[in-house]
Amino acid sequence: MAIMLKRMTLIIPNLIGVIIVTFLLTRALPGDPAAYFAGPAATKESVEQIRKSLGLDKPLIVQFGSYVSELARGNLGNSLTTGKPVLTEIKNRLPASAELTLFGLILSIVIAVPLGILAAVKQGSWIDHTCRIVATAGVSLPVFFTGLLLVYVFYYILGWSPAPLGRLDVFASPPTQITGFYLIDSLLTGNWSAFRSSLNQLLLPGLTLCIFSLAPIARMTRASMLTVLASEFIRTARASGLDSRTVIITYAFRNAMLPVVTTLGMVFSFLLGANVLVEKVFAWPGIGSYAVEALISSDFAPVQGFVLTMAILYVALNLLIDLLYGVIDPRVRLEA
Amino acid sequence: MKRRDFLKSAGAVAATAAVSAPSVIDTAKAQSRQETMLIVSESGPNNLDIHGVGTNVPGYEVSWNCYDRLISHEMKTGPSGQAYYDKDKFKPELAEDMNVGDMSATFKLKKKATFQDGTPVTAKDVKWSLDRAVSVGGFPTFQMGAGSLTKPEQFVVVDDHTFRVDFARKDRLTIPDLAVIVPCIINSELVKKNATEKDPWGLEYTKQNTAGSGAYKVSSWVAGTEVILERNDAWVGGPLPKTKKIIWRMVPSAGNRRALLERGDADISYELPNKDFVELKSAGKLNIVSTPFSNGIQYLGMNVKNAPFDNPKVRQAVAYAVPYQKIIDAVLYGLGQPMYGKAPGAATQVAWPQPHQYNTDIEKAKKLLAEAGYPNGFETTLSFDLGFATINEPTAVLIQESLGQIGIKTTINKIPGSNFRTELNKKVLPLYLNVFSGWLDYPEYFFIWCYHGKNSIFNTMSYQSKDMDAFIDGAVTAAASGDKATYEKDVKGFVDLAFADMPRVPLFQPYSNVAMQKNVSGYQYWFHRRLDYRALVKA
Repeated sequence: MAIMLKRMTLIIPNLIGVIIVTFLLTRALPGDPAAYFAGPAATKESVEQIRKSLGLDKPLIVQFGSYVSELARGNLGNSLTTGKPVLTEIKNRLPASAELTLFGLILSIVIAVPLGILAAVKQGSWIDHTCRIVATAGVSLPVFFTGLLLVYVFYYILGWSPAPLGRLDVFASPPTQITGFYLIDSLLTGNWSAFRSSLNQLLLPGLTLCIFSLAPIARMTRASMLTVLASEFIRTARASGLDSRTVIITYAFRNAMLPVVTTLGMVFSFLLGANVLVEKVFAWPGIGSYAVEALISSDFAPVQGFVLTMAILYVALNLLIDLLYGVIDPRVRLEA
Repeated sequence: MKRRDFLKSAGAVAATAAVSAPSVIDTAKAQSRQETMLIVSESGPNNLDIHGVGTNVPGYEVSWNCYDRLISHEMKTGPSGQAYYDKDKFKPELAEDMNVGDMSATFKLKKKATFQDGTPVTAKDVKWSLDRAVSVGGFPTFQMGAGSLTKPEQFVVVDDHTFRVDFARKDRLTIPDLAVIVPCIINSELVKKNATEKDPWGLEYTKQNTAGSGAYKVSSWVAGTEVILERNDAWVGGPLPKTKKIIWRMVPSAGNRRALLERGDADISYELPNKDFVELKSAGKLNIVSTPFSNGIQYLGMNVKNAPFDNPKVRQAVAYAVPYQKIIDAVLYGLGQPMYGKAPGAATQVAWPQPHQYNTDIEKAKKLLAEAGYPNGFETTLSFDLGFATINEPTAVLIQESLGQIGIKTTINKIPGSNFRTELNKKVLPLYLNVFSGWLDYPEYFFIWCYHGKNSIFNTMSYQSKDMDAFIDGAVTAAASGDKATYEKDVKGFVDLAFADMPRVPLFQPYSNVAMQKNVSGYQYWFHRRLDYRALVKA
């Protein structure tokens, strides 16, 4: 607990830094939001009118002051492109992105970790080569390409997959909101048709993210397993006649998990950012496509809100991973 | 139950559920599918009210279908057999009768008309709505002004169901301007209830809610994702629409929009690349309707205030160097109306857009450039809006190549969508690609904005000519007084002058393309080029 508090205090300067930098960066972007939102038929006066109503005519420091004071009250401002408060939008969209990312990540773990272990145990065998090929191919294909390819094959040609139209079938209604994760919500409420529909919709985008993230996880598992398998306590375990299953799973894998978990944290955070393109391809109503849209139209508030949310997520994730270390390997102490 | 057994049975349940959907749901789905239109497009509205600050074009589509105007247009048959709005024929929408006098027009409102919350539509609502349109500033006020509708005093409540518009001056655009999207009639009491001191016109409320008497109402809107509209069964503005529900989904990837259409999942889509439309058309599985933009032209603009484009000979040389046909073939895949190559000696039409007399003729261009004093050409930049890169980028490259042949070396300057307008409005870009299209389809309307010396923001070239202003002003006056002979003379005058001086080179008239399933009918082309849901039918 004390450790957590200590870590929390370290987070604050980080966040202040993020707030200042994003504020300055968004203002430094080319493009004039007032002119953009005044529309094609705007006169000079109406552009100025809009500039004034957006508060963009004031000096930067005043704008920053009002931004921070609004932020302190939990108000992230209004998006001009979607016309809705940024906080509500992020609240509605974050679960969509998080569900997709987690789904992709879990899928990836389920495939990559056993693959990595097998590759390490049977080093140089055909499994090892498969692992290498799959990982290399996955990481070298850009996500939007994999996404479009999957849509083309499984939706357009084979017709197995539903239309790539977001989280649910167009004619299905969303489950009662509890966590915002459709899979969990529909299970909790026993809404099978929504569960089926959202699972079907998740499969292709989840697979796209999975293919992309296989490489780091599989390679890291393999490398770290190899190191552990070569160490003396494994040799001792083997020499003592333990069956190889126990040796690999109980002794080797547990010790090899530490770097894998670190990698997982990294993969998760970059997936959250990288699924912008996947969201575009699958019309996924997530946070990434929201931020990109806002960036294109120099809509400051959502961009700032997005970066801030990501920063908080990232920090929280790091904290979680640090805590996990202690669980996996009690020798790790956080004071360091 | 043991853990393993539980997992097994859960897996079995999931598997059966995935394989066989209960048939009850299927029939219900099929039925609702029949009465629902699924529309997919790249982007969605940012505001449900066209009077709002910075409402984008998809927002116009919502306004058009959810609000009524006093009057609207009749339909006629368009260039390729599609239904096409008739700019000269008006039909009543909320009004049941229109009486146009010399300096005013009187409207009788339909007595049965009610807003979607059940309150009757009165002349007071009409006045409040039009007052709002001329007062909120920005685009709506500008558009009202285009029809000489500028002051609240022009809108008079005669009695509960009678309403009068007083003309500020004689202007033949006043009545057509009452049939565009902006002068929509809003439920004034409902909006006033939700207005605040800071926001007297209730723009915040109408941004999120529709408060009209129109054929549809927005029942749910998730910005950037979908808009769901339900039919208003009490609509009196016209025959009750056949489609009960519209689901409008935003699908950013053009490839997926096409796949959705081809698989039969989506009913209608527009905003596909021209190449896709051409391929879909030749595949023949879908209905593709292509209509030239009314009163719209994609052009190559030149800044005439600064050298070298201040010299008309240089501009003519550019006009002779543009590879017009190549652009239409390679960039538009034929989906564009040529705006070049009028036969020599052919008479100028009293119409706009119309082709100019220039052809791609490199020798002539070189000669003109030499006469202008640039025998070795010069260097300049060619700018375009990245937001429309599918058309703009290849067009720019073709023009760059062609201008290179006469010695004009161009650097291509790609400007992001959010910044293009800012740059264009500064009026300093030497050479650029842009589109202009006017809602009101009258030649003088186009010329007032694009060529008149009062230098509106659409006169992106900063073109100034006393003769041009005289022709345009003359045509406006003649149109208002019905002097046909003078009008025709002046229109021919300004068209000829625009082609002689060539401050901007018309490249082509773009097409508005819509793809729909074979069982969908009732598509109508409107000046705003968005969909009118009210006529759409699914067989």
